[in-house]
Amino acid sequence: MGSTYLLQQLLTGISLGGAYALIAVGYSMVYGILMLINFAHADIFMMAGYFMIFSFAAMPWPVAIVVVILGTILLGVTIEKVAYKPLRSAPRMSIMISAIGMSYLLQNLATYLFSALPQAYPAIPGLKKLIKLGDLNSSMVTFVTPIITIILVVLLMMLLKRTKIGMAMRAVSKDYDTAKLMGIKINQIISLTFVIGSALAAIGSILYFTDRMSVTPFSGTLLGLKCFVAAVLGGIGSVPGAVIGGFIIGITETTLIAMGYSTFSSAFTFLILIIILMVRPTGLLGETLTEKV
Amino acid sequence: MKKLLSLILTVVLVFSLVACTSDSSTDGDQPASGDNVIKIGVFEPVTGENGGGGFQEVLGIRYAHQLTNTVEIGGEEYTIELVEVDNKSDRTEAVTVASNLVAQNVSAIIGSYGSGVSIAAGPTYEEAQIPAVAPSATNPQVTLGNEYYFRVCFLDPFQGEVMANYAFQDGLTKAAVITQLGDDYSSGLGNFFLKAFEELGGEIVSEQQFQTGDTDFKAILANVKNAEPDVIFAPSSVATAPLLIKQARELGIEAKIMAGDTWENQAIIDNAGADAEGVALSTFFDENDTSSPLAGEFVTGFKEFLNGNDEYLNKNGGDGVAAVSALGFDAYNVVVEAIKVAQSSDSVAIKDALKGLSLDGVTGSISFDENGDAKKDMAYIKIIQDGKFMFDKTVKTQ
Repeated sequence: MGSTYLLQQLLTGISLGGAYALIAVGYSMVYGILMLINFAHADIFMMAGYFMIFSFAAMPWPVAIVVVILGTILLGVTIEKVAYKPLRSAPRMSIMISAIGMSYLLQNLATYLFSALPQAYPAIPGLKKLIKLGDLNSSMVTFVTPIITIILVVLLMMLLKRTKIGMAMRAVSKDYDTAKLMGIKINQIISLTFVIGSALAAIGSILYFTDRMSVTPFSGTLLGLKCFVAAVLGGIGSVPGAVIGGFIIGITETTLIAMGYSTFSSAFTFLILIIILMVRPTGLLGETLTEKV
Repeated sequence: MKKLLSLILTVVLVFSLVACTSDSSTDGDQPASGDNVIKIGVFEPVTGENGGGGFQEVLGIRYAHQLTNTVEIGGEEYTIELVEVDNKSDRTEAVTVASNLVAQNVSAIIGSYGSGVSIAAGPTYEEAQIPAVAPSATNPQVTLGNEYYFRVCFLDPFQGEVMANYAFQDGLTKAAVITQLGDDYSSGLGNFFLKAFEELGGEIVSEQQFQTGDTDFKAILANVKNAEPDVIFAPSSVATAPLLIKQARELGIEAKIMAGDTWENQAIIDNAGADAEGVALSTFFDENDTSSPLAGEFVTGFKEFLNGNDEYLNKNGGDGVAAVSALGFDAYNVVVEAIKVAQSSDSVAIKDALKGLSLDGVTGSISFDENGDAKKDMAYIKIIQDGKFMFDKTVKTQ
């Protein structure tokens, strides 16, 4: 009994961490390129949940998944073009406030359009199937989430390290102005960053909501903050850092709840943020920043 | 181009703000005509985690209002106007909208679904000396020490005892209790069940709590599974219930799942599907109970009322009659009766009239004790079978 119990809790934690990691990567990448904390990211994730509810009702599920990912990408890129691009030369604070505004706009729009009542998330065939391994019971999606997360992140790392586009992205994140001088098309690179971030958020949303089965306009709020903490913990700007941060947060939260401290599980996450900012502001895998004069 | 874009954005922003605020306080169906108007406040959640059940209660009130929308005071006919506000299932919001109702000079108030919001708004009503009648708030604290708060349903200590007895008589001796942190209804009822169950000689093997808005219960459910209970008592909101039920079955927990009155909502069956089979709950009313002609008449009329409006039918999840709708109906009639007895639209006079009132409602006869609680001694136990709430038995206290 003891070991199954531990395994069951560990599985829950890893699965939650996987979902966190996918969203944290989105925060981290945008920060790496634009030095912007994209507060609307969590709400893009929430909107992806609603996209799925509607497209699932209208078309077969494999098509619905593709439509959701494409729709979310479109939303993410549109937000960048409308709310962030015009402010690119403005002080960094302005663009951050614009991001906060976007976040509230999306939340209120969702409340207005879909009401604040929780909506049932559709069950994608196969993902909700029950799996039994001895005494260990769980649905397919719990097992699949961390695996998909790892695969996607490995693919993303390969894109960043092995391709020309990836090299361009790394260059932009290293030095925005010099990269521009070297003939890198900045706008394309930024759009691509939002495409990748939004696509990961869409996949994360499918995995997260399939496991939890309901969406509200505020589903993204607390989750977004936690994923932001995960990104900071891992070292904001670093993709593998965000993944490690996501898993750490997911597993610690589950551990605390399992130990009976559910009251403190969220508080602890933010305590981690405070401690990391005090002790190691660059995060676990973050590069130490040398201020250029 | 940039200017145009920012203009459009501003318009969108302003529009979304207006759109969000404008539907937070919708008025009753018909505008009142003439000078003789008496206002009754409807203080219910129609959004937030209790929005679904709250709306069913509002439906009962609207139906009652449709049947009786005038009252005679001193030989003159007064039109009754409903002033509906949405407390959003949120305790802070509840106090704000309660003050809002007070400012609109309502003579009496009906509400709310959910004990937490009722407790939060209680002092506001007491201070303004406006009587409030709660249709389905079951926590003792709602009326305790508040002269102006009344209720037409039974209380949680009774409900907890009923469910504990029901479980114990079924031979279930090991129970796990799951409650929502900071929710007066959930933690109160969980606690009363726990005490009653232990007094009967049962054993509480696990006590778990979750936070409002949580959607992932796997960690606490793994703890519950580890404790191997025969029965899980999990009083919680309609939004939480299907998630809890499904995740429990997903983890391979086979224990019987039970809860209180809030779970009598079709949305739970719709969302939890086959996993909801066998779930037991206690409630205030059964539409198939034919012993009272008054109730039969209400059920027929209310079904017609629901079928006449697609939005009602849709939000109610079909034309089933929820217990909270019946209680909303009764609460409205209690208030109207009190106005008749008081022969006044003065809120203090209505409060005094409520104290001595006795009325046959569709959920049984209603009269109030010294706390303002309805003297009710019967609960209905229902079990989910074949995707429906099936009546199991009635339980009376000695």
